[in-house]
Amino acid sequence: MHSYIRTHATESALLLVILLISLFLSFATENFFTLGNAFDLLNTSSVNIIFAVGLLVVLIAGGIDISFAVAASVVQYVTAVMLGWIGGGNWLFGFLLAGTAGIVLGAFNAFLIHRFRIISIVATISTFNIYFGLLMFFTKGVSIYDLPDWLTTRVVLFEHEMANGTWVEITLPVLVMVVCVIATWLLITRTTTGRQLYAFGDNPEGARRFGIPIGAMQFIAFGWLGLMAGIAGLVQAHYAQEVVPNALYGRELDVLAAVVLGGARLGGGKGSVFGCVLGVLLVSITQNGLNLMGVSPFAFKMIVGAIILVAITLSNTSIEKLLPLARSEGKRP
Amino acid sequence: MNNPAGAEGNDKPLLALRHINMTFGGVKALKDVSFEVRPGEVHCLAGENGSGKSTLIKIITGVYRPETGAEITYDGQAYSHMSPVTAQASGIKVIWQDLALFPEMSVAENIAFETMVGGWPRLVNYGRMRNIATDALARLGVSLDVDLPLKSYAIAQRQIVAIARALVGEARVVFMDEPTASLTQSETDYLLDIVRNLSASGVAVVFVSHRLAEVLEISSRITVLRDGALVGVYPADGMTQSRITELMTGKTFDQQVRAKPKQDRPVVLELEGLTRRGQFEDVSLTVRSGETLGITGLLGAGRTELALSLFGMLHPTAGRMALDGRPISFSSNREAIAAGIAYLSEDRLSLGLVQPQSIADNLVIASLRKIIAGGLISEDRKRSLVKHWIAELGVKIGLQDDAISTLSGGNQQRVAIAKWLATDPKLLILDAPTVGVDVGARAGIFDIVARLAETGLAIILISDEVPEVYFNADRVLHMKKGRIVGEYDPRQASLAEIEEAVYA
Repeated sequence: MHSYIRTHATESALLLVILLISLFLSFATENFFTLGNAFDLLNTSSVNIIFAVGLLVVLIAGGIDISFAVAASVVQYVTAVMLGWIGGGNWLFGFLLAGTAGIVLGAFNAFLIHRFRIISIVATISTFNIYFGLLMFFTKGVSIYDLPDWLTTRVVLFEHEMANGTWVEITLPVLVMVVCVIATWLLITRTTTGRQLYAFGDNPEGARRFGIPIGAMQFIAFGWLGLMAGIAGLVQAHYAQEVVPNALYGRELDVLAAVVLGGARLGGGKGSVFGCVLGVLLVSITQNGLNLMGVSPFAFKMIVGAIILVAITLSNTSIEKLLPLARSEGKRP
Repeated sequence: MNNPAGAEGNDKPLLALRHINMTFGGVKALKDVSFEVRPGEVHCLAGENGSGKSTLIKIITGVYRPETGAEITYDGQAYSHMSPVTAQASGIKVIWQDLALFPEMSVAENIAFETMVGGWPRLVNYGRMRNIATDALARLGVSLDVDLPLKSYAIAQRQIVAIARALVGEARVVFMDEPTASLTQSETDYLLDIVRNLSASGVAVVFVSHRLAEVLEISSRITVLRDGALVGVYPADGMTQSRITELMTGKTFDQQVRAKPKQDRPVVLELEGLTRRGQFEDVSLTVRSGETLGITGLLGAGRTELALSLFGMLHPTAGRMALDGRPISFSSNREAIAAGIAYLSEDRLSLGLVQPQSIADNLVIASLRKIIAGGLISEDRKRSLVKHWIAELGVKIGLQDDAISTLSGGNQQRVAIAKWLATDPKLLILDAPTVGVDVGARAGIFDIVARLAETGLAIILISDEVPEVYFNADRVLHMKKGRIVGEYDPRQASLAEIEEAVYA
C-alpha cells in the first residue's frame, strides 16, 4: 500500500481529492450520495472517458492532439449520412464504420507529423481547422435528427428500482466505455507495442537506438486516438439522439485538461489509464456537485479550473515543498 | 560462455569493418574507415569530438546505414549494414554516453527492454523481465529495487543500469561511449573491475573516449580516428596520454607550468569560513588581481556549489565574503553580475548559451545595459561591442547573426567567455571551461585565460582534470567533500603529487 502511494502519487492524490469532494457534497446536497446519481455520473462521463483514454495514448507517445473532438464530429456526420444511404445497419456495422473513419482521420495527423516533421500541436491545430471547416462547409451547419432507430433507442443493460423509487441504470455508453478503458489499459501496460510507446515518449532517441520503428509509433498512437474518437462520436450521437456538427467543438480542451490532471505529461512517457479515468471523474463530479448545489452554471468553468489547478499542484508537489518554512534554503550571511 | 581462446592469443577478429563511408548533409563524417575487435580484448577507440567515433558506433549497431561498398563481418558472417535488432540479438551492445535510458519506466524494463523490441506485438512478460534484470544486476554485484522507476535513482546508479542492460543476453562485444564522463574515481575503478571481469569471460569491450588515461592500463589496442579518417591502430603497451593526444589532433603540445608569484597584487576576493550546509564547509581563500586560482577535486566535492554561492545563485549558511575589501552578499546573480562577478557555467550547452540564437545575441545577453540608447537596444552599439570581443578573443565566425550552434565547441566557449568579459567583471569564475572542447582548441582557451589575467582580472579556474589547473593556474586548491584539504604551488609541487592526492 505504501509503495503503491509512492509510485502512483498522482492517482493517490486524485483519489483523495475525489473522496474529499464527494464527502463534502454528500453533506452539502441531498442527492449526491445516492446510487442513482453515481450511475448518472458514469453514464454522462462515458464519452469523455473514451476520448480521454485515446488522448492518453498520444500523450504517452510524446504527442498532443487538438483535432480529435472535431474529428469525432466528422465521424458522426459521415456515419449518419452513410447509414442513411444504406438504410439501417446495426451497432456492429456502426462501430466498424465510425472506428474506421476515426482511424483514417487520426492516421492523417500521424502522416503529417511523421512525413513532414511537423510538431504535433501545429499539425493537429491545422487539422482541427480543416476538419471543422470542411464539416461546416458541407453541412452548412445543419443537424441530422433522422437517425436509424437502433442508434437512437436507449439500450439499458441493467436497471434496478431503489426503495425510494429512483432507478439505477447502466446503459450502453457505460459498457462501451468500460471496453475502451480495458482495451487501452491492455494496450499500454500489457503489450510490447504499448511499452514501446512509453519508451518512445520518454526518450525518443533512446527508443530509436533500440530499433523501435518511429513512424509506426506515431501511426499507432494517433490511430488509437482516432479509433477512440470515432467510437466516442457514435456513442455521443446515440446519447444525444441527434448529430449536431458543432456539438463536440471545444470538448478537446476539457478532455486534455482532465487527462493531464490524471497524471499524463505533456512531453511524453508518463500517464496511466486509472489516473486518466480519475481525472475525468473528478471534473464530472465537481460539475455534478455544483449542479446539485444550485450553483450558477456560469460559475462552473471557473470552479472547475480552480480545482484542476489545486489537484495538479497537489500531485506534482511533494508536501514539504508546500510548506515554505520547512525549506532548507538557508539564510544569507 | 567462458571461452579460453577469447581472453588472449586469438587474432581472428570477432567484428571487422572495412571501407566505411558516411556523409551527413554534404559533410564527410567517415572516410574509408576500417575497424576491428578481437574476442575478449579491451580496445580503445580514441578521437576528438567530431572525429567520427559516435558515427562509427551507430553504424556498427545499425542506427545508421553506411554508404554502399561497406563490408561488415561479425562472427564469420558478412553484412552490408546492421539493424539495431539483429545487432543486439547477436551480442553487440552499447552503453551510450547519454545512457539512452527511459527514466519514467521501471529499472526492470530499462534493463530488459530488449525483450520488448522486434517481432510482432505480443504480451509483455513482466516476470521474465524482472528475472533478467535481477540476474544482470547480480552479475555486477548490485541490488536495486527493479520495480521502481529509474528516475528515483541517481546518475551513478543509472550508469549501472545501463551497464546491466548491456549484459543482458549473450554480450559478445560491449561498446562504452565516454563511460567515465560522469563518474567519480571510485565509480570509475569499479567500472574498470567490471570490464576486467567481462574481458576474462571472453566479452570484448571497446572504450570510446577522448580521455583515456584511466583505461590505458587495461587496454590491449587503440584505434585512433581524426576528422573522420583512420589514423592507425596501436598497441596500448608503452602508449601515453600525450602520445594519444598527438595522434588525435595531429599536433604536438608542449605544456609548461604558467604559474607566477602574485603575492604583491591587491586582493580581489576574500572568503572566510564560507559554509553552505551539506555542500561545502569552512572555505577560506583569497584571489588577487591578475591571479588565476585553480580549484580541483572530484565530482561532488562542492566546487560548483561554491562557485554558485559566489555568483549569488545559492546562499551560504555561514561565513563572510568580501570583494575589493567590501563585504558582499547577493540575493540573486543579477546583483553578483552588477558587483563584477562573472560565472561561466559548467554546462555550456544547456545553461551557458542559447543555441538557436545568434552569436551576437548570445554575446550581449549579460550586458544589455551597455548597448541601450534611448531606452531601446541600439543595433550599432551591439554590433561594435560584438565586433570588439570577437576580435579580442579571436573567435572564428561567419556572420554575427549566424546561430551559435554553427560554431565548434572551442569557438562557442570563446563566445561564452566574451559574453562575461563584456560585463566588465573583476572576478571571472570558469567552471570546467574545456568540457566538450577539443584538445586542440583547449590550448587556445587557456591562452585567453592567461592574457585576461595579465590585464588584472582575478580568475577562479575550476576543473576535475588536475593537469588543467596544474598547468594553467598560479595556485591550486584541492577540494574534497566540501572542504579545502590542500594548497599547491605548481612551481614546487609535481603533477603526479597533486593527482595522487586528488584521485586517491
